[in-house]
Amino acid sequence: MHEWALAESVITTVVDEIRLNNIRKVTKVDVMVGELQQIDLEIFRFALENVMKTYELSLESKAIRIAIEKNILRCEVCGKIWSFGDAGCRLGEDEAEAIHFIPEIAHVYIRCPECSSPDFEIVKGRGVWIKTIEGER
Amino acid sequence: MDPRLHIIDKRLQDIKRIIAVSGGKGGTGKSSVASVLALTLAKNGYRTGLLDLDFGGPSAHIILGVEGLFPEEDKGLIPPDVSGIRFMSIIYFTGNNPAPLRGKEISNAIIELLAVTLWGELDFLIIDMPPGMADTTLDVIRLIRRMEFILVTTPSRLAIEVAKRELAVLQELHLPVLGLIENMLTTRQYTGVADKAAGRQVTSLGSIDFDSTLEHAIGNVDKLLQTKFAKQLSSYHPLK
Repeated sequence: MHEWALAESVITTVVDEIRLNNIRKVTKVDVMVGELQQIDLEIFRFALENVMKTYELSLESKAIRIAIEKNILRCEVCGKIWSFGDAGCRLGEDEAEAIHFIPEIAHVYIRCPECSSPDFEIVKGRGVWIKTIEGER
Repeated sequence: MDPRLHIIDKRLQDIKRIIAVSGGKGGTGKSSVASVLALTLAKNGYRTGLLDLDFGGPSAHIILGVEGLFPEEDKGLIPPDVSGIRFMSIIYFTGNNPAPLRGKEISNAIIELLAVTLWGELDFLIIDMPPGMADTTLDVIRLIRRMEFILVTTPSRLAIEVAKRELAVLQELHLPVLGLIENMLTTRQYTGVADKAAGRQVTSLGSIDFDSTLEHAIGNVDKLLQTKFAKQLSSYHPLK
């Protein structure tokens, strides 16, 4: 997902949680991002700061912690387990950008290094999720 | 907590009506109806978007003759303008390559696309739905809560039976069904799809004759709008 769209989705989720749970001050937000999203962390943090202002959310920047989850791919046909970063998974700029926007596009451009099947599972390392939101009421 | 699910409603909030063109069976002309309906609305001055969610067999881009376009990036993705329609499809990312995705992955890709697309203000968003009522379709129904449905069938009993089953599911879920379009009639004889579905209280939006000129107009918007198919569809559509 694009860094700005991702930042906006995270901030709207935090805003929704504040409202739902009557949180006065958010102290910690743990965001997990799958490696396949290939986000630029610097742009993402910049986007978070800016989107926060738009939503009138006052949150210390260090309160948002971002962790990247490494990707694991598993072939549904032969059972081979590998990762996007392995040799043989080098992609061109356009292909990498397509996967950046929609990680499932990996199935279009990546094949199992063992049996060449496109039928593999993204076991880990896709998507974005908020692991925890902590705050004071 | 998946933050993408929180942003989807916001991405769609400035769209007045969201119309899903569905019908269950493949090959009934859903993509042609969705594409030409979107063109007709745009031509009539409505701000219109078209979203091709048939990831297994995307074809709206072929019907509209889309080539060499990519969404503009500006804090999300802005769908390119195609003959007055804001058009979004997975083909911008797959190119002409097949996308061998399992159901769960199609759902994830749809969530991603809905979360990142900036439609802006629209009068209508037309959605070309995937065939069938499997997990992908159910996920789309879950994610896009304001959808109204147009079902497309052919006079074939095979298509009608599948459309009736989809209709039953939509009605059980209390989703608004604008009506049925009976496409590809090969005779002038009325086949009575609406009557057949009457037990389920669905409106017939009309019938469209089989139009042999449609195939030759694919990829050319001006020719498409001149087809009998387009003229019949524009006189029947329920959005006027």
